[in-house]
Parts: sequence; structure tokens; C-alpha cells
Amino acid sequence: MTVSTTAAPQAPPGPSRRAEIAAGVRLSLAAGLGMFPIGIAFGLLVVQAGLPWWVAPALSLAAYAGSLELLLIGLITTATPLATIALTTLLVNFRHVFYAFSFPLHVVRNRVAKAYSVYALIDEAYAVTAASRDGWSSWRLLSTQIAFQVYWVGGGLAGVAVASVMPGPIKGLEFALCALFVTLTLDAARSRGQVPSLLLAGLAFTAAIVLAPDAALFVALLLFVLLLLGRFALGVLRSRRGSDA
Amino acid sequence: MPDAALDPWYLAWVLVTVFAIDLALRALPFAALKPLRASALVRSLTVWMPVGVLAILAAETLRGSLVGDPGGAVSALVAVGVTVAVHLLGGRRTLLSVGAGTFTYVLLVNVDVAAALRGLL
Repeated sequence: MTVSTTAAPQAPPGPSRRAEIAAGVRLSLAAGLGMFPIGIAFGLLVVQAGLPWWVAPALSLAAYAGSLELLLIGLITTATPLATIALTTLLVNFRHVFYAFSFPLHVVRNRVAKAYSVYALIDEAYAVTAASRDGWSSWRLLSTQIAFQVYWVGGGLAGVAVASVMPGPIKGLEFALCALFVTLTLDAARSRGQVPSLLLAGLAFTAAIVLAPDAALFVALLLFVLLLLGRFALGVLRSRRGSDA
Repeated sequence: MPDAALDPWYLAWVLVTVFAIDLALRALPFAALKPLRASALVRSLTVWMPVGVLAILAAETLRGSLVGDPGGAVSALVAVGVTVAVHLLGGRRTLLSVGAGTFTYVLLVNVDVAAALRGLL
């Protein structure tokens, strides 16, 4: 852009700004590989359900949570009461409450940018920051998050566009999301110190699919947090007993 | 054909409701956690949570594939195996690992492997 070349001498953006944006976009690519095809599937489903095409981008801006948006297509077509939609949103997206613990929001200083960063705190954004904990700057984090929304809204629009010519989405592409979470788990579990957390997560998930298979994600996350609280309490008790002896 | 019964006001209220609840779920914990940042409990949770939450998301998306297509259970498990193997042996290049795992799954669920093998023999 010509604007940036003329503005550069007055306000040096710091040598790293471009590099940070590039790094942010690079970090978004793997998740984008999963988000774009699922966005296409989402756009196709919106049109196939008989909804107006603009419902796809509208939901992607209002809800901006893939699994919830896919659920909402069905709920809207059957004219589900708003109270039910509100409760479903609360339960399906309740997991976002846990993301505040380690999401590096503190690197973002600008208020508007901070508000956007919170609004755009999707699973993939949390996952990418959880997998590589260090090195986040405002520009890197925001460019990752903006790239994610471009992939998702763009995928939805592409799905709407091809709905008339394509018989259906490519079967199995949605697996990319699972593969992504598998690789991110491997990256976060590099040290031996992470093994107890992994075991507790496995325990929580197993209990959740037995106790509440219809709300497994919600229950598993809740149980996991409860187990971690128990782990912390146990550690406090042990250290107290150790200092008494 | 768009549904004749679909009220634009209903759609608008759905969008507003979903937006408000989603934003509250994402924003309120940051405000609530601010004074707790220094506490030992919050610092422990910050270290312990990510790997477990990621594992739960991985397990849930895998379960989604298994429930959505029970016939593709073997395909999904093979694809997870390929993803893990490529990631650990291929130098943790996420794009490569995700691409290889997804390609494997798409191939397995779209191509009748048994028939293809019979054709080869």
C-alpha cells in the first residue's frame, strides 16, 4: 500500500510489525485448513435448509462459533423458541468461560483491538495460543484471529456460492478439525509434567460420555475443572502436612 | 424455497440473543479473573488446563466423527494414527500432519477399500 510507505517515516511501526503479522497469519494456516472446508459445509447446509443465503455470514458474525452455528441451522428452520436457543447457546459455548485462564489477552493494549480479541476468542484461537504459549504480541494475536474469521466467513460464503452447483460437501473434510486438535494436544503435552492433566482430562471425558452423552463436551470440561481444583487442594494439603512434620 | 413462515424479526432476535450470550461468555471471565491473576490457584489452573482442554476437544471431535458415521470408525482411528505418526516423525509441522490425517480420512470414507483391494488381487 502507498499509504504505509508515506506514513512510515513519521511513525515507525517497529521493525517487527510486518514480521508479527506474517507470523500470526502463518500460525492460523493449519487451523484454517480445517475451518475453511467446514465453513463451506456450513454455507451449503444453510442453503439446503431453505434459509436465506445471508444467514450464513450473519450467524458467523453474531455467533462466531462453528459447532453452535451448525446446531442453529436446525433450530432456526424448526422455529425453536428463543429461550431454548438461548439455553443451547449457553451450554454449547460455556467452554469459552475456561479460555480466559490462559488466553494472552494482556498483550493487546488498544481497547478496540482488545474488544475484538475477546469477541473472536474461538476454540481455534484458544487452541493455537495454548499450544505455543510464548512470543505473542498484539499484532500477531490479532492477525491470527482476523485470519480465522476471514477463513470462516469466507468458507460460509463459498459454501453458499457453490450450493447450487455442488451435490454436497466433500465427505470427511470435517475430520481436519479433529486432526488439528490431536496435533495441538501433542504440542501442549511435550513435558512429563503434563501427564497428570492429560489423565484427568481422559477421566473427565470418559465419565462425561457415560453420564451425559448428549452434553459430553460441557460435562467433560466441567468435570475436568473440578478434578483440577481437587488436584490443587490435594497439593495444598500435602505441603501443609509436610511443613507440620 | 425459503420457508414462508420464516419471520425476519425472529431471525433478528436469534442473532441478537446468540451474540449477547456468546460475547458475555467470552468477556465476563476476563473481568472476573483480573483480581485473581496473582493467586496460586489461578496460576496452577493456567498451567494445567490447556493440555487437558485440547485433549477433550480432540476426543469430542473424534467422537463426533464416530457418532456421525459409525461405519467410518476404523477410518477415523486410522486417520488419527496417521496424524500422530506424521506429527511426531515429521518434525511437528502442523499443516503437514493435519493435511496427511485429513487426506487419509477423506480417502478411506469415500473409497471402498475392501473392493479396491479385491480389484487389485
